Amino acid sequence: MSVAEVAQAPNVVAEAALRSVGVATQHDSAVRHVCGSAAYVDDVREPEGTLHLAVGGAPAARGRLKAIDLAAVRAAPGVVRVLTAADIPGRNDSSPVNAGDDPILAADSVAFHHQAVFLVVAQTRDAARRAAKLGKIDIEAERPLVSVDDALAAQSYVLPEYTFLTGEPEAALAASPHRVSGSLRIGGQEHFYLEGQVALAVPGEDDMLIYSSTQHPSELQAIVAHMLHLPAAAVTVEVRRMGGAFGGKETQAAQWAALAALAARLTGRPCKMRLDRDDDMIMTGKRHDFRADYTAGFDGDGRITAFDVMLASRCGYSADLSASINDRAMFHADNGYYLPAARIVTKRTKTHTVSNTAFRGFGGPQGMMAVERLIDDIAWSLGLDPLDVRKRNLYGDGRDVTPYGMRVTDNILPELIDTLERTSDYRTRRRAIAAFNSASPYLKRGIALTPVKFGISFTTTHLNQAGALVHVYLDGSVHLNHGGTEMGQGLFVKVAQVVAEEFGIDLAQVKITPTSTAKVPNTSPTAASSGADMNSMAARDAAQTIKGRLIAFAAEKYATPPELISFRDSHALIGNRLVPFAQILREAYLARVSLSSTGFYRTPDLHWDPGKGKGRPFFYFAYGAACSEVIIDTLTGEMKVARVDILHDVGRSLNPAIDIGQIEGGFVQGMGWLTCEELVYDQAGRLLTHAPSTYKIPCASDVPPDFRIALFDAANREDTIYRSKAVGEPPLMLGISVFAAIADAIHSLAPGKRVPLDAPATPESILHAIHQVTQD
Amino acid sequence: MQQRNQPAGRADGASGTVSVNLTVNGTRHSLTLDPRTSLLDLLREHLDLTGSKKGCDHGQCGACTVLLDGRRVVSCLTLAVMQDGANVTTVEGLAKDGHLHPLQQAFIDHDAFQCGYCTPGQLCSGVALIAEGHAKTADEIRELMSGNICRCGAYTNILAAIQQAMRQS
Ligand code: FES
Ligand code: FES
Repeated sequence: MSVAEVAQAPNVVAEAALRSVGVATQHDSAVRHVCGSAAYVDDVREPEGTLHLAVGGAPAARGRLKAIDLAAVRAAPGVVRVLTAADIPGRNDSSPVNAGDDPILAADSVAFHHQAVFLVVAQTRDAARRAAKLGKIDIEAERPLVSVDDALAAQSYVLPEYTFLTGEPEAALAASPHRVSGSLRIGGQEHFYLEGQVALAVPGEDDMLIYSSTQHPSELQAIVAHMLHLPAAAVTVEVRRMGGAFGGKETQAAQWAALAALAARLTGRPCKMRLDRDDDMIMTGKRHDFRADYTAGFDGDGRITAFDVMLASRCGYSADLSASINDRAMFHADNGYYLPAARIVTKRTKTHTVSNTAFRGFGGPQGMMAVERLIDDIAWSLGLDPLDVRKRNLYGDGRDVTPYGMRVTDNILPELIDTLERTSDYRTRRRAIAAFNSASPYLKRGIALTPVKFGISFTTTHLNQAGALVHVYLDGSVHLNHGGTEMGQGLFVKVAQVVAEEFGIDLAQVKITPTSTAKVPNTSPTAASSGADMNSMAARDAAQTIKGRLIAFAAEKYATPPELISFRDSHALIGNRLVPFAQILREAYLARVSLSSTGFYRTPDLHWDPGKGKGRPFFYFAYGAACSEVIIDTLTGEMKVARVDILHDVGRSLNPAIDIGQIEGGFVQGMGWLTCEELVYDQAGRLLTHAPSTYKIPCASDVPPDFRIALFDAANREDTIYRSKAVGEPPLMLGISVFAAIADAIHSLAPGKRVPLDAPATPESILHAIHQVTQD
Repeated sequence: MQQRNQPAGRADGASGTVSVNLTVNGTRHSLTLDPRTSLLDLLREHLDLTGSKKGCDHGQCGACTVLLDGRRVVSCLTLAVMQDGANVTTVEGLAKDGHLHPLQQAFIDHDAFQCGYCTPGQLCSGVALIAEGHAKTADEIRELMSGNICRCGAYTNILAAIQQAMRQS
């Protein structure tokens, strides 16, 4: 759909009175993107004398560091300095949670293969990389724990296990007419942000300016300040845009920026660190892979009576964000279904692999997978259509409390699913597929319609705050800054639309500026889909403060009651008088009225009791559903997605063009996670899939040829910015429909049998499942 | 993707560098280079044309795609000194006389990007694909654009943009 088409689409209702908000406005950098003039960190012109960095990594995954011989590195051409942990003046830790378990350079031992041990500072990037290969690192190697199973067997954990309990699952299980047990493997995922990790550090007098591709400038600032023994005020982090991030630059951009800052501090020269792609894939964390073991009870209609699930994730060598990620898996173990009795346990395993981290959905997608498989199990065992089982289990009247005690008050899934069932022609196609399958010996089709219910807010409550800074100049132009970062999700244009709306001016008058810790301090990461929700509110708060001053001034000067003063079409409407915006600004300035303000927002009504595992961790839920049809070749395991229909809830869209892009992109990424993207480690803990040649990312020809997306038009019931909803993460989980459709296709080979399909459903995995169901 | 089989430019025995002549976006350049320099590094680091992106440096993502005598190549796998006398067009050279190329305009019309990092490569690849004339159907376009990864998943809109520009050409 083009921007123009979206603007006219009947299901997109922009409130008539709004001029900027709700309009399918193009991305603020659109022209720059197509002209190649949108600068990313690697495109920033390097200051004279910039040095380049490369890291030397550990040759083994686990063991004590016995000796490091760097003589050959130091002697290599172009090398200026070689640094180790001993050269770090302050704290050697880039952990996001102050855990002290993420050394910037490994000191005494190594905990995963290719962990950074030393840093080469050289005249050119090529010289640095060549020299880095010459280091001799001697490790007293031990056998690494690589997989979740290894870690479970060794009882190796980064964090204690955590449980949600509701009702009495044992008793409910015992009383259930039907029971099922199963186990499901859910693979991890490499971010493959197309722009890899990169930072440029420029030393100043007693301070440091860092250009980094990071989702979390404030955290990076704190880590660098602690590492260099500098006050935070002496470290400035700036981000104009990222070439994709997807969670992979929330915490894990910090180490590379810290290394650039370290080298810059010690050499006094600007230093740039850009990870080579293979190093990036080997040395940075990914989506957690999970194993889910469950037992559930259900009645003869397919309603779940009890769900007992253990989710074990591979966290890697350190905590990173694994606590919140595993929590979010638990918060989404119900997806959209009512669980009258449940025990949800997560085990957070410690392995000798990279520290797994945030990735769009943040554990939520993995949490949903088990219950979606359970629904299929129930349908298979009772001979029901899985869609009917899904619908029967949705939250509803008297069945509206989640396992963590939050009442679901905004449930639109029943209506949304009914609509999609109709518009996708699900029932007719289901019959056509059955007919096709009975006539086709080798090719089998499958279809599935699966829902998403995703909780919006950081589950770490204090992160739900945002700040903004707005200046208005006398020519009517507006300088906009806030704590959110732009990674392609369209945050900047959405916030600018809100500010333009507030002042009643053209979007072109709002100057979007790079995120900087010097302008808005102590910010939260741009994550948890909350960027537009929170930063738009903060920016509007700043704009309203300035507007309030202008109104008070105009009320007095023009002897007009404040209620009769408003701003639109680049004018102040004062009673019946129209005054150009720039003129009222000038008059206010001469009367010494401040035209600059900060703004602030904190998400209301959130509370969480971690001890009890109960509370209201989310402000609201975002919903959606997808119906996917696939065809598989039962001889080769090859799979094609034939058609996808999506109906997704973004509340009242702030920008339908951006939102539809997020839905498409999220779906494709979710589909990739569950079908073609496979991470393989060997027993020594080495990642074997460390380039796009061996790690398959969806390309143009993997996108469904028939792909239909619509927005479910309903205002957010909570008081969000213009009643919109967050859109960054929820669509990723629409990809689960493809996985379920593949299982459905396999199920046609042996109706009534459970399909033990693991994710990702690669051709091998599909063949394996086929083999299992047809074996006996 | 083509591999030219032309003799390298003049080698300078003493310094190990090689001189090469290239026309980039209409401007002639005479350069002296380390013979290992990729066309991508030449563009980004010597000519300050940073529009072409380095996504993988291994010919696997397409972010560095440029036009070499009108044909698309991944510039990270193209040795600059092998292209003596060639004509290179990068994303910076697609617009002419202040007017966007129809495919650039189509990318804007269809919102065919999110983070924008793949966009320069998608555009160069798309321009060449249209000129090649092999792709007629949506499936063929998808197939022949499959060397350009978009991790943000803007594929549907990229396809729509290419189809719009194709209709116009
Ligand atoms: S950078 Fe050349 S193909 Fe990826
Ligand atoms: S727009 Fe981000 S990779 Fe294509």
